[in-house]
Amino acid sequence: MNEKVFHRGIAAPLPRPNIDTDAIIPSREIRRVSKEGLGEALFAGWRYLAADSREPEPDFILNKARYRGASILLAGENFGCGSSREHAVWALKDFGVKAIFAPSFGGIFFNNCALNGILAIELEEAKIRRLTEWVELAPRRHQLEIDLEARQIRWREGEAMRFGIEPARRALLLEGLDSIAATLRKKSAISAFEEADGKRRPWVYQLPDV
Amino acid sequence: MPTTLFDKLWELHEVAVLGDRECLIYTDRIFLHERTGSIALRGLEQAGRDVRAPGRVFCIMDHIVDTRPGRGDVTLVPHGREFIEATRHSASRAGIHLFDVNDPRQGIVHVAAAEHGIVLPGMSAVCPDSHTCTLGALGALAWGIGSTEAEHALATSTLRVSRPRSMRVNLRGETAPDVTAKDIILHLIARFGSQSGRGYAVEFAGPAIRALAMDGRFTICNMAVEMGAFTGLIAPDERTIAYVSSTKCAPAGPLADLAAAHWRELRSDEGAGFDLELEVDCAEISPSVTWGTNPEQLAPISGVVPDPDAFADPRKALAAREALTYMDLSAGTALSSIRIDAAFIGSCTNNRLGDLRAAANYLRGKKIAPWVQALCVPGSSAVKRAAEAEGLDRIFRAAGFEWREAGCSLCFHAGGESFGGKRVISSTNRNFQGRQGPGARTHLGSPQTVAASACQGYIRAAET
Ligand code: SF4
Repeated sequence: MNEKVFHRGIAAPLPRPNIDTDAIIPSREIRRVSKEGLGEALFAGWRYLAADSREPEPDFILNKARYRGASILLAGENFGCGSSREHAVWALKDFGVKAIFAPSFGGIFFNNCALNGILAIELEEAKIRRLTEWVELAPRRHQLEIDLEARQIRWREGEAMRFGIEPARRALLLEGLDSIAATLRKKSAISAFEEADGKRRPWVYQLPDV
Repeated sequence: MPTTLFDKLWELHEVAVLGDRECLIYTDRIFLHERTGSIALRGLEQAGRDVRAPGRVFCIMDHIVDTRPGRGDVTLVPHGREFIEATRHSASRAGIHLFDVNDPRQGIVHVAAAEHGIVLPGMSAVCPDSHTCTLGALGALAWGIGSTEAEHALATSTLRVSRPRSMRVNLRGETAPDVTAKDIILHLIARFGSQSGRGYAVEFAGPAIRALAMDGRFTICNMAVEMGAFTGLIAPDERTIAYVSSTKCAPAGPLADLAAAHWRELRSDEGAGFDLELEVDCAEISPSVTWGTNPEQLAPISGVVPDPDAFADPRKALAAREALTYMDLSAGTALSSIRIDAAFIGSCTNNRLGDLRAAANYLRGKKIAPWVQALCVPGSSAVKRAAEAEGLDRIFRAAGFEWREAGCSLCFHAGGESFGGKRVISSTNRNFQGRQGPGARTHLGSPQTVAASACQGYIRAAET
């Protein structure tokens, strides 16, 4: 089975609203010009006892034995708001997060997820609450199955919940397109646009002499 | 058919329609900084791709450069130097414009982009930085993107964008004399919520907006992203045209008239349809500060910290409870009784010349409270020079403020300088947990409020 189409995993609830990208990865944790190895820094401010330590904070959900290895987040509204740093998504990915359900997402974060193969899916809060209640009973046994092709989450005894996703986003996730290459194939349309636009707004194309 | 400002801007840049709402949008200007731009340039290098139009790409060192006087590449941010050097190297390889650490054109990218006229009304501009929406105050289509999207824009001069819906916020009536642009935008965020703009390009309109100088308009659009908006917009008017015409990159000669005629068309037509229109009565707005860890958690300075139980929405109540724990505040506390440890005037929200003048105006002949650490960080090297030419630096210094070089500085914490554990009154845009250092408790307010609070040692409005 294509991993992009189907995923089964442990889900961890993070119901607090407005979890921003500073919380997902504090800026001080971004130490190299690199997308790699950021998983350790994920939620560093909450996950460790102190800013300069790696001693786990026992109360943080992802440190609890029952949620170890969680790959799905059941998040609160406006997840990923704030700073545009794509490191938030790279950290989630490196940690092993495959999918995030939230009533809403920060806009830039939402796009960054799709471009990095993470399923960020908007789901009504009531549905997330139902999933959360079920998962919390026995997180390791009560795993969620996500089927992107069928746009379904399967939970409790094979029960299915539908979710919506924009076709372009779904295609990107399913096919993992190289969107730069796809756009470069439209080179002639871009050049034609510039040609016409250069007559309409010539000052835009004059290279500014700052 | 009457159309909105946003529709006009969108159509001006539409290269192709790709899908349902998705379009290929032309990017006239691309900005990068050393924190998130370096990785985009490196990604492009690794993929063996070139920057398509390097002459229209600008990279500015602003985020982790040091702002202490006499700075060089060395910064207190751990590994900061690596980011600066990597960015410099990639930028010169790519052949893009680079405003380096001590370049006279250097500044916070959103401030410098406007003040040099690199972005003009009607242009589209992107940057891997969420506050790119600041430039919407020029009537430009400007929005924040991720680093992968930045690679796309660099390689193709376009982006694949899902068309946002259009919203207009109509500000009715006039604001009281002590109400600043910062108070207005904080009020809108609090009133409508930190997600009210999600999926929308938000146009701010009404006499109170028209009455604002450009600096105030930038403040308003800067925080559109704190409403969750795709971007913020203000229609250009004669004030805008005068502002951009005085910049270094303004079109000259016959192009100047052509451009100005184009700019005058950039407004929402009478009767244009928006997906959503909201109204606010300016009389409701008063000088305010945040009490929580999200910009929507706001109260008038004359008011008290609210009771979480009083929120009808249980999610807001939960968020308020958590915020009060972090902020170490309790319901019913008068905001003016909150003692502060530090005061910060800076950031792309509020550190243009007008902001510094307003704060200095209050500070003239006064001193900060002995227990307060206070900093003023101009938004750009040009702002700093202009302020010094007026003697503002002397007023700040005499009052006890540190006077810094331009940059983002303590607006955010990258592991270097920190307000860790302190309570800060700050003219910035985000009061998130740990934003200004581990455990830092940030109260957002206008530069005037920061100045007054620094002097009194407690949260205070500047008396007018
Ligand atoms: S001043 Fe603050 S908000 Fe503005 S670009 Fe810099 S870090 Fe971001």
